[in-house]
Amino acid sequence: MNFMYVIETKKLTKKFDELVAVDNLNLQIKEGEIFGLLGPNGAGKTTTLLMLTTLKPPTSGTAIINSYDIVKQPDKVRKSIGIVFQDPSSDEILTGYENLKLHGWLYDMPSTLREERIKEVLELVDLTDRKDDRVKKYSGGMRRRMELARGLMHHPKILFLDEPTLGLDPQSRDVIWKYIEKLAKEKNMTIIITTHYMDEADKLCNRLAIIDRGKIVVLGSPKELKKELGGDIIRLKAENLDISGLKKLKYIKNISDCDGEICLTVTDASAHIQEILSTIGKVDSVEIRSPTLDDVFLHYTGRGMRQDTPEGSWAEKAMHASTKS
Amino acid sequence: MSEIKGIYALWYREMKVFMRERSRVISSIINPLLWLLIIGGGLGSAVSFGGINYQTFIYPGILIQTALFSSVFFGVYIVWDKKIDFMKEVLVAPMRRTSIFFGKILGGSTDTFLQLLILYGIGFAFMVTGIMPGLHLTVVSVLISLVILLITTIGLVSVGLIIGSQMESPEGFQLIISFLIFPLFFMSGALFPITNLPAWLAPFIFLNPVTYAVDGIRGVMLNISKFPLLMDVGVVCLFAVVMILIGTYAFKKMKI
Repeated sequence: MNFMYVIETKKLTKKFDELVAVDNLNLQIKEGEIFGLLGPNGAGKTTTLLMLTTLKPPTSGTAIINSYDIVKQPDKVRKSIGIVFQDPSSDEILTGYENLKLHGWLYDMPSTLREERIKEVLELVDLTDRKDDRVKKYSGGMRRRMELARGLMHHPKILFLDEPTLGLDPQSRDVIWKYIEKLAKEKNMTIIITTHYMDEADKLCNRLAIIDRGKIVVLGSPKELKKELGGDIIRLKAENLDISGLKKLKYIKNISDCDGEICLTVTDASAHIQEILSTIGKVDSVEIRSPTLDDVFLHYTGRGMRQDTPEGSWAEKAMHASTKS
Repeated sequence: MSEIKGIYALWYREMKVFMRERSRVISSIINPLLWLLIIGGGLGSAVSFGGINYQTFIYPGILIQTALFSSVFFGVYIVWDKKIDFMKEVLVAPMRRTSIFFGKILGGSTDTFLQLLILYGIGFAFMVTGIMPGLHLTVVSVLISLVILLITTIGLVSVGLIIGSQMESPEGFQLIISFLIFPLFFMSGALFPITNLPAWLAPFIFLNPVTYAVDGIRGVMLNISKFPLLMDVGVVCLFAVVMILIGTYAFKKMKI
């Protein structure tokens, strides 16, 4: 057994009838790391999370979390982890404070520590004033913050965050990010995040894995991944673009279509821009920039992240439910 | 220790919800009152059994009806917990599934019991004012009937939890009313005596565990019963134990 890794999946697989949601996943996550799981809709992120948190049994394979096996020792695994779900899991009829108290009981926290932590997390998510209001009266963003407060309350060794800042305003996101970073550093907490926000992954994650169709497509630090793309991005907009000429230029690593425009991955773009423009002819606009995680994502999955909304978000479900009834 | 705290947490939640959802409390009083006054009063003008007026005769049946509806529905309600992610939050806590099951039973039984106590109050008022003559609400009959109701309630909450743990969405609610609660209620002798039943109906009634709860309570409250009290209590206990066992298993196998 390797104690260096706080999470190690071994051929972790989940099948739903014919569909292979997670396909022989082998993943190692180090202690104190903030690890990101990215992927398009239905890539298997949430299923992976549910298996790692013992809520869904794997079809085959297993994972070792904090040296416990998720299949054989789920009780011990649950003691080591905390999770913030994508959907709200607070009871609407209870107040914010009561929800946190309930959580403290479920995690067997001594009462003084419980009250201390409740105070701490309420301040963190800025809900101290509203703690005695029923969750029903909270706005979407406030509920999200409530969920986070609860997941953080028992300071687990490993914390899973499923879309932690979904639907939050920029200021709140910033506060949450700072706190997540602080937890990882000070408490040596390992944090696993699934997210649809590339800037979030870029800012927070030490390493990330892009998953598609249940498999890891690429894994590395945001910096490495961007570097691996090999150069800068040139985005061209023009009518009747003829890209056949561009294919002869060796320094162009990749040509792809971004929402009707052409994206080129070019080593040392500023030195070559003149030649590219003369090859291609008249263009309406040109943009040169360094690659972002969005480009990395697009490159490896062939799909833009922004076009997707997170699968099965609670807001979506709520809308679906209300149109049904 | 942690298990007890967790069970307490689940019970606390149910109590808060019960106290705050006024509509549930109000309907739990209005519904039996309607049955007692309208069905009991209306039919009672033409029907009486063994010298006891119909209203008084169905009072034990109405107690059971309240227990039946409240308990089974409480259990099935966990479908809703599953729908919002509250269930996941509980399942991912370091608590045994069995403890979660017992926490739920405790919560559901308390819910039901609070409603039953209100109904006892109504029964007592009706007895004192002479609306329901022949009703014996003594310390002994109240205690024995409460024990029977408690055991029945535990069994019925388990039934609801078993169904709820296997159900994926609340859409099946209506089916449960039609195919479980109503048959159990109508085929329990809650509304009629079970002494001279048509041959085709008798087996259904005698296979229904709720029948024995009604019979036992009617025995201690009205002195009308078909089976000995010990047999009634025995059947009800057996029912509860079997349901708890199945329920514990169902909770262990519950998927989300």
